[in-house]
Amino acid sequence: MAVITMRDALNDALREELARDPNVFLMGEEVAEYQGAYKVTRGLLEEFGAKRVIDSPITELGFAGLGVGAAMAGLRPIIEFMTFNFSILATDQIINSAAKMLYMSGGQFKIPIVFRGPSGSAYQVSSQHSQAIESWYAYFPGLKVVMPSTPADAKGLLKSAIRDDDPVIFMEQERMYGMKGEVPEDEDFTIPLGVADIKRKGTDATIVARSLMVPTALKAAEELEKEGISCEVIDPRTIRPLDIETIIESVKKTNRVVVAEESHPFCGVGAEISAEIHEQAFDYLDAPVKRVSGVDVPMPYAKNLEALALPDVPQLVAAVKEVAYL
Amino acid sequence: MATQVVMPKLSPTMEEGQVARWLKKEGDKVSMGEPLAEIDTDKATMEMQALSAGVLRKVLVGEGESAPLGQPIAIIGEPDEDISELLKSAPPAGAAKETVETEAKPPESEKAPAQEKPAAEEEPSPKPEPSTDGRRPAVGRMLVSPIAARMAAEAGVDLSSVQGSGPGGRIIKSDIEAAMKAPKAAATGAPQLRPLATPKAQPGAVYGPSAYRDEPLSEMRRTIARRLVTSLGPIPHFFLTTEIEMDRAADMRQQINALYPDAKVSINDVIIKVVAVALIQHPQVNASFQDKTVRFYEHADIGVAVATENGLITPVIRAADVKSMPEIANEVRELAGRARGRKLKPEEYTGATFSISNLGMFGIDEFTAVINPPEAAILAVGAMSEKPVVKNGEIEIHKMMRVTMSCDHRVVDGAVGAQFLQTFKQILENPLYLFLGA
Repeated sequence: MAVITMRDALNDALREELARDPNVFLMGEEVAEYQGAYKVTRGLLEEFGAKRVIDSPITELGFAGLGVGAAMAGLRPIIEFMTFNFSILATDQIINSAAKMLYMSGGQFKIPIVFRGPSGSAYQVSSQHSQAIESWYAYFPGLKVVMPSTPADAKGLLKSAIRDDDPVIFMEQERMYGMKGEVPEDEDFTIPLGVADIKRKGTDATIVARSLMVPTALKAAEELEKEGISCEVIDPRTIRPLDIETIIESVKKTNRVVVAEESHPFCGVGAEISAEIHEQAFDYLDAPVKRVSGVDVPMPYAKNLEALALPDVPQLVAAVKEVAYL
Repeated sequence: MATQVVMPKLSPTMEEGQVARWLKKEGDKVSMGEPLAEIDTDKATMEMQALSAGVLRKVLVGEGESAPLGQPIAIIGEPDEDISELLKSAPPAGAAKETVETEAKPPESEKAPAQEKPAAEEEPSPKPEPSTDGRRPAVGRMLVSPIAARMAAEAGVDLSSVQGSGPGGRIIKSDIEAAMKAPKAAATGAPQLRPLATPKAQPGAVYGPSAYRDEPLSEMRRTIARRLVTSLGPIPHFFLTTEIEMDRAADMRQQINALYPDAKVSINDVIIKVVAVALIQHPQVNASFQDKTVRFYEHADIGVAVATENGLITPVIRAADVKSMPEIANEVRELAGRARGRKLKPEEYTGATFSISNLGMFGIDEFTAVINPPEAAILAVGAMSEKPVVKNGEIEIHKMMRVTMSCDHRVVDGAVGAQFLQTFKQILENPLYLFLGA
């Protein structure tokens, strides 16, 4: 297996799927000539041409809608948002068209579309460009939401998302594009949507983490291991459909849970996971489920304040100790 | 207006209380009637409720610390109020007009059914009760994590005997694991003799005085010490012993249990009944010394000594002279169960007219017991066992049992006590007397 960055793993997935299926095409701002704002689409214009890799104007609602129409006509569009902060402009097409079309057309129109791009905080891009809005999209029936945390997961999940017949929100993390990891080179390597991954086995507490919080949780687990506390780290990978069974199985074993997330706490995905654990595994809990979320304020611009707004290793260590009564 | 919370009188014999745990932290809001703390009295753990509202500003007596009745143990006030005066003065009870009264509620009494349910029914945690007057919250809510409650139910661990180590005293998984590892207390019956470890002296080792550890007295242990010193010291004890042939009483017990299998009458229940009947025949023994008078009782209220993990307590079977043996058996079982859970109400363990202490289940042949004042006597019951008895020159084997009565000589003279014991023995040896209005 090659050790490559998440950026290149995503690029491989796009290239393999563009090559595999002529109905797949890529559209978004700066994806072609500029090769992507984060270089995820590097080399694709040259390889597949301007019919398959299309630069769009700065009109999120417009090209998201073009994508939905193309999907209705039988193509498999991949729509890149430069960041998911800009997808806010396109929510009418995503939520009212893409998510509901299969249902409202009585099953006549499936929408095999992927909306992808970076989400969450970057480095000092301030309040409007640092948002983790997965809970928005996970809220609506009809959408699948995927958030990879390793290069291999990114590749396998993106390929599955492109092959999936439903609209998929595929959220990458800007801070993680340079993260390296082993990635299978097999062109048929895919990871099914809706299956969580146990990133680390443990017995004393479960940390449920996604995206940027997975490496943070793994570091916290290492710290805690030194103190004799064994943490299991579970990455749901797909937020919707959520593999709650794997989480519940872990809770039954450890009896203590911390949910780590970069997003705001209120009405977040962590709240949903916490609620499901309380509903399904109440009798197995030794402590209330503890959420560690981004702080409940718009992201500050100042570097020091930005760091304080995001969950870090010491916070996760403290949270695990809290639920383990240590 | 800030007010002081004082140590309340939560049991008739209590002189000081130990704060078992605070149910509120400093800074917490407190409303009228809300449980404020759990107090270990000399007999039970009781919940204390505040009768004023505000914020718990200051805890003056920490968990595990004791305070005499009336001593301020906390201050309740408005969040920003100046309480320096109250802190400075912390006057004794009665001096402060603004003293907050507290009112006792029995600890989770028979109203908390979860405790008594068989483990198999898997009741995860005691359910909060509906409040009775809409103002007071549920009584004595025990904090237990769900997994801890489940494990306790499955392992048959009595939650009331577990000290919670989580926040606010919450019982958590590790507490149950510890409780499951801990050896069962002797109080639960005659233990099987385990192989004894016999450490050998190290060759050439010189042993100084033994090491020791000091454990602070629990309120209950302190009360036992104080009360019993006031017994053997001032009360002139004397002791009467007799041996009783128990074959017929044992047969009768078996026959009763054959007729009423649910009753599960024990030999001790039979003894309670016979003592009560004999006491009515000998009112001088069913009496107490009262400085200037001797008080005679109409009914025989029998205190039955029950060993618990925390010490001795004597729940009372009221009017045992008029109750049937199955009734007595049920009542003893129910009271003893709650005694072990420290859930007896004060009126359930005070005011006996005569007490019985039975160590037969521990294989004790005979012993003497210390009178529980102001009662005039106590009967110490030994083990029943088969022994050779000479009758008419022949050796026969009979079930024999030795009892020793301790008497307060100020009330009961030797002959009076002996006559009572004679009646007791006669009835036990010929239990038909019970049905002939002996």
